[in-house]
Amino acid sequence: MADNAIKESSIKKNETGLKVVIYIVSVIFAIMTLFPFVIMFTNSFRSTFEIQQSTLGMVSAHPFQNLAKNWNEITNKEFHPLIGFKNSFIISTLSTILNVYFSSLTAYAISAYEWKLRDAFNNMIVGIMMVPGTVTTIGFVQIVYKLGLSNKLFLFIIPAIASPMTVFFMRQYLQASLSMEIVQSARIDGAGEFRIFNQIVVPLMKPAIATQAIFGYVASWNNLFMPLILLTETEKKTIPVMVKLLNGDIYRREYGAIYLGLLVTVLPLIVVYAFLSRFIVEGVALGGVKS
Amino acid sequence: MRNKKLVNYSKYGYLFSIPFILTFLTFTLYPILFTFWIGFTDLTGAGNTNWHFIMSEEAVGGPKPLFDNFVAVLGNGTFQKAFKNTVLIWTLNFIPQMAFALLFTAWFTDRRSKVKGQGIFKILFYMPNIITAATIAILFNVLFGYPKGAVNDIILGLAKAFGVKKDLMLSSPNDWKIAVAYDFNNNGTALKLIVAFVQFYQWYGYTMVNLIAGVIGISPEIFEAAEIDGANRVQTFFKVTLPCIRQILLFVLVTSLIGGLNMFDVPQLYAGEKKANGAVLTLNMFVRSQGLDNRYLYNKAAAASVIMFIVIVILSSILFYVLRDKDEAKLKKLRKQELKALKKGM
Repeated sequence: MADNAIKESSIKKNETGLKVVIYIVSVIFAIMTLFPFVIMFTNSFRSTFEIQQSTLGMVSAHPFQNLAKNWNEITNKEFHPLIGFKNSFIISTLSTILNVYFSSLTAYAISAYEWKLRDAFNNMIVGIMMVPGTVTTIGFVQIVYKLGLSNKLFLFIIPAIASPMTVFFMRQYLQASLSMEIVQSARIDGAGEFRIFNQIVVPLMKPAIATQAIFGYVASWNNLFMPLILLTETEKKTIPVMVKLLNGDIYRREYGAIYLGLLVTVLPLIVVYAFLSRFIVEGVALGGVKS
Repeated sequence: MRNKKLVNYSKYGYLFSIPFILTFLTFTLYPILFTFWIGFTDLTGAGNTNWHFIMSEEAVGGPKPLFDNFVAVLGNGTFQKAFKNTVLIWTLNFIPQMAFALLFTAWFTDRRSKVKGQGIFKILFYMPNIITAATIAILFNVLFGYPKGAVNDIILGLAKAFGVKKDLMLSSPNDWKIAVAYDFNNNGTALKLIVAFVQFYQWYGYTMVNLIAGVIGISPEIFEAAEIDGANRVQTFFKVTLPCIRQILLFVLVTSLIGGLNMFDVPQLYAGEKKANGAVLTLNMFVRSQGLDNRYLYNKAAAASVIMFIVIVILSSILFYVLRDKDEAKLKKLRKQELKALKKGM
């Protein structure tokens, strides 16, 4: 191979030197990434008093008693992680399903059919990808107030049907992988267009759907700006809106409780990430934007 | 068989786009137009249903010039501060973010020195991006806490280890601790730097993964050719790799620009609007605080968000123009000229 051709020792020395630098920098960044989470985890098992002595202390004498105490501390006030999880789960799951299904459908409409306004529609989708969310906010909030719809979860579910970014990715994927011959032969077999989409095209798009679903789920789960304005009842708050409470005066200086509250919101994400990370990072995910 | 071929399928194109179009019109376009409209009215106050076009006789305080709200927002010192802060914090985060993302991309995709264990590094670097920004903001706020917090504990530990005693006159050990600890969260510059750092911390991995995906998509033959031509690592990266991932660079730049100008979660939850004299007040926080927080100046908030929209459109267009495919544009021009020449000839 070409690599074997390089045998001069000076080059090899350079090579190891570079590798050492790469590893040192990477390890520093890995520590930087993990440090906050490690502190958060260890301090969830420590009492506020212990934390005030030193944040960096490791194990407490009564870790589980402290954990129970911290848990009582957070749930006795306004922070109810279970309610937050329930609402976040409903919003993220339903909106993700709508998002990937209808984005696939729209992308299929653009790539499989010839229609007059197709190019205009396609350009419009690319254009609205650039529109910042803020510019919809004030108008959206006013309409919601006028119709008396605040604290309704569907406000964050239905709009997912029109996600220009996902349509864009799905279209890129379809253009590379959809062969019209399969569609034609299904037509000859007498399948209707809608059935062809559901039974042939959707299974074909599985990799793209999986990756877009992950990104959609995370984005929806972490959304703060609009829910903060529109979900004001405790029963309707999502996790990020709940998290905001940890910063307020009610938990002032209750460090053990704050760390535990943060940990509770992070844990499900880390568990899911542990299973899906390879998939996200391998680059399959973003293959859509290849040059 | 023949009948099948005569079926006109184009109607399905329209049919399948209907859900998208209807949702877009209701939940995106209508609110956007409504925001624009509110920017030209006297709408203030919670639950106000009696509001008017700003130039009409019925408007509160009599008719005003068409762009009154916009002029008021642009002249507002708080808005100007929010604008400056947003640009400054975005730049402080974006430059190192791009630099490190490109560096790791170059290292992890290098064909000559295959870095072992890079899978784990990639997974770790990307992780902060999936964690709720609100959580990360509060976590860092506690870490930088004063007088007790992880960062101050580290500073204290180092001070002790190196025998630094800031103030020998302090008698009790607790006083000594406080003299060494630093109140990061009440200092404007420190706050800006920390918020920029948290943004960096959340986004460099995302940018890196995007860039790596682009590099993986480049045909290996191109690199082989570069190697045979004797290009070294640095030359290969700047002359071959970067031009090949121009599309992805554009995507990363534009999304980062939009995300950066819309920055909200981290500064809002790390410090809020008023901390250290509004040191990390961003444009999005300004819009929210105008529209809510007992002010209810909806018309000003709408005007401010329209201004943001215009700024983003201008900056995105500049990026698109700078990073456009110049060769392709030239080809298109040539083709057009040829066509014209042909037509004239005919």
